[in-house]
Amino acid sequence: MIQTKRLLIGAAAIAALVVGASLTTPAAADPVLFWSDQGTPVEEQQRIRDDVLAGFDGEVDFQPQDPGPYVTRIQAEAEAGKGTIDLIGGLHGDFASFSDAVMDVSDLAASLASVGVNETYLGLGKLGSGEQKYIPWMQATYIMAANKKALEYLPEGADINALTYDQLIAWAKKLADETGSPKFGLPAGPKGLIHRFFQGYAYPSFANSEVTKFRSPEAVAMWEKIKELWAVTSPASTSFAFMQEQLLSDEIWVAWDHTARLADAFNQRPDDFVAFPAPAGPTGRGFMPVVAGLGIPKTAPDVDGAKKLLTYMMQPTTQIATLKAIGFFPVVKAELPADMPASVRAEGAAVAAQSGSSDANPGLLPVGLGDLGGKFNKVYVDSFQQIVLNGADIKTVLDQQADVLRSIMEESKAPCWAPDAMSDGPCPVE
Amino acid sequence: MESRRLPYLLLLPATLFLVVFFVYPFVQVAFQAFTKGGGFTLDNFHEMVSDWKFTTALRNTLLLAVVIVPLQLALALTMASIVTRLKAGRDVVLYIWTIPLGISDLAAGLVWLAIFERNGFFNSLLANLGLMSEPTIWLGYQNKITLFAVVVMAELWRSTAIVLVVLVAGMGLIPKEYYEAAEVFGAGPWKRFIKVTLPLLKPSIQTALILRTILAFEVFAVVAALAGTNMPILMGEVYEWQFALQDRKVAAAYALVILAISIGFTLFFLFTLRTRDEARA
Repeated sequence: MIQTKRLLIGAAAIAALVVGASLTTPAAADPVLFWSDQGTPVEEQQRIRDDVLAGFDGEVDFQPQDPGPYVTRIQAEAEAGKGTIDLIGGLHGDFASFSDAVMDVSDLAASLASVGVNETYLGLGKLGSGEQKYIPWMQATYIMAANKKALEYLPEGADINALTYDQLIAWAKKLADETGSPKFGLPAGPKGLIHRFFQGYAYPSFANSEVTKFRSPEAVAMWEKIKELWAVTSPASTSFAFMQEQLLSDEIWVAWDHTARLADAFNQRPDDFVAFPAPAGPTGRGFMPVVAGLGIPKTAPDVDGAKKLLTYMMQPTTQIATLKAIGFFPVVKAELPADMPASVRAEGAAVAAQSGSSDANPGLLPVGLGDLGGKFNKVYVDSFQQIVLNGADIKTVLDQQADVLRSIMEESKAPCWAPDAMSDGPCPVE
Repeated sequence: MESRRLPYLLLLPATLFLVVFFVYPFVQVAFQAFTKGGGFTLDNFHEMVSDWKFTTALRNTLLLAVVIVPLQLALALTMASIVTRLKAGRDVVLYIWTIPLGISDLAAGLVWLAIFERNGFFNSLLANLGLMSEPTIWLGYQNKITLFAVVVMAELWRSTAIVLVVLVAGMGLIPKEYYEAAEVFGAGPWKRFIKVTLPLLKPSIQTALILRTILAFEVFAVVAALAGTNMPILMGEVYEWQFALQDRKVAAAYALVILAISIGFTLFFLFTLRTRDEARA
C-alpha cells in the first residue's frame, strides 16, 4: 500500500518537473519550411543548405522531394485548409498544376524591382491570371555536350556552334562506325527529360510548332529524322536520366540534356568536355528555356518568414550562390564573378550562343495545362516509344496521339504558346 | 456474461485497425476508380484499357507470375527437403537462405542491376575471362528475353524465401511415423516425397502459393530498378498514372485490376488445393 503511494507521488513529481520545464524553456522558433522539387540529389541538397541558405537570417528547413510526393502534399494541405509548408520552390509546370493553392505575391514582386527580375519570366509567373502566382527563382535550359575526343569525327565544314540535325546524324554515324559502338546518347529513361527534347527542340526546329502542327507532314518528316538519329544512338539510352553519368564514364561522347544534369561532367573534368547549342532544323534552332519559381501557399503558417526567405533567395549574391550550388542560372541582374565553377563558364557560353543565335526558335514550357502536364508529356514520350522504339507507322501513331493531345487541350482550355501563334480558346491540333 | 464478450472485445483493436487502415482506404480507391466528375462511370476503365501500354503491362505481369511462381515452388520444396534433413548447421543454412527476406525489393533490384548493367560485375567477369571485347547491354529495350530472364533471376533470389519459410514450417508438422511406415513398405525417397510429403504439405503449399501469387502480381520495385520503362507492369503503371500523370482515377482502376486478378487466383488455389474434410489429420 505504502509502496504504491510512494510510486504515485514519485510519478506525479516527475510529471510536474517535466511540465514545468517545458513551460519555462522558451519554444524554439519554428524554422521556415522550404518545400522544393529542385536540388534533390544529395550533393545538391548539401550545397544548398551549406552555401546558399547559411547566409539567411533565421532557420530554414530545406526539404527537396521527388515530384510525386511533392505535389501530393501541397495539394493535400490545400484541400485540408491547414498546412506546414511556408515556401514552395518548383518549376513553372508545377505551379501550373497547383496554382489555386498559392497566394498572390504581387507586393513582393513590386518590392523586388530593385534587383531587376527578368520581365518575361515575371509575366510567366502570373500563369495567365491577374495574380502573381510565383516569383521566378532561377532558369536553365537544355544544351548539348561532347567529349573532346568526339570532335575529330565532326563532318567536314560543320561548325559545332551551328550544327544542323543532318550534321548531327552524320557525326553520330561516324562515331558509331569508327569507334565500334554508338557514342551519342539521349536521356530516354523513366526519369529522363526526353519529352522536353521533342516539345522544345525537335518540333520547333521542324514544324515551327509545339502543338498545332503535331501530326503535320513536317512532323512526319521530323519523326523520320529522329528514327535516323536513333539508329546511331546508344540503345541503352532508354535507361539514361542524367547524361553527366554516361559522359563521365566515357560510355557516351555526345549528349543532350538539361544544364543541371550535365554540370558534374564539366565540374569534374573541365578540360575534357565542350558545351554547344542544340542543332537547327528546317524551321530554326528550337530550344526551351526552363523557369523555376518561388511561391507561398495560402495555408503557410509563417507568411512573414516565407516572404523574408523569398526576398533573400532573390538577392544577387544568393542567386550566384545558387548557380554555384545547383547549376541553375540567375533571373536577376547579377554580375557573374570570375570564380565560377567550370560548368557555369562552359555552359553559360553555350546557353548564350543557343538563345542568341540568328535562327533561335524558342519553344516554351506548356502554360495553363494544370495537372494535365503529365499527360501532355506522355503524348510525346508515347509517340517516341511507339514510332522510334517499336517501329510503328508514323502517321497512324501521330493521328492517335493527336486525338489524345486534342482532348487534353480542350479539357485544360489552354491557349497556344510559343512557337505556336496565340489562339482564341483552347490551342487547336490540326 | 463478461467472458463471452471478452474474445470479441479483445479482437476489437485489431479489427478497428484493419477497418481504418485497410477497408476505408480500399472503399475510397474503389470509389475513385468508378467515379468521374461526381457520377458513376466506367470512363476510367475505358481510358485504362485504351492506353497502348495496358495489354503489354497485363501480359508482362501475368507472364512473370506464371514463370516465377512454379519455379519458386519447385525450388522451395527442394530447399525445404534439404533443411528438414539437416541435423547440424540447419539453423545457419535456413538463416542464409532467408537473408533476402530482410532487404527491401528495391535494394534487391539494385543489387542485380549492379551485376547486369553495362559496366556491371557480369560484363567485367566476361571481359576478364576474355569472352567478350565490348560490353553487352543485357537490360536494353531490344533484348526483351535477357531482360525477362534477369528479372526472373532477381525475383527467384529475392522471394523464394517466402515460400521456403512456409514450407519448412509445414514439413516440420508431418509426423515421422508416416515416413517410417513408408520405408517399411519399401518406398524410395522420391516415392516417399510424392506419396507422403506432398499430400500432407497441401495446406502449406496452398498458403504459400496464395501468398506468393498475390505478391507476384504486385511486383514493382525489382522491375522498376532493372527495366525502367522497358518492361511495363501493372504496378508500374499504377505508379506512373498516380504520380507522373496525376490521374488518381485511372491509377485506382489499375489497382482494382490487380485486385481482381489476385482474388481470381486466390479462389482458384483455394478450390484446387483444398483438403477434403475426411482427409484432414
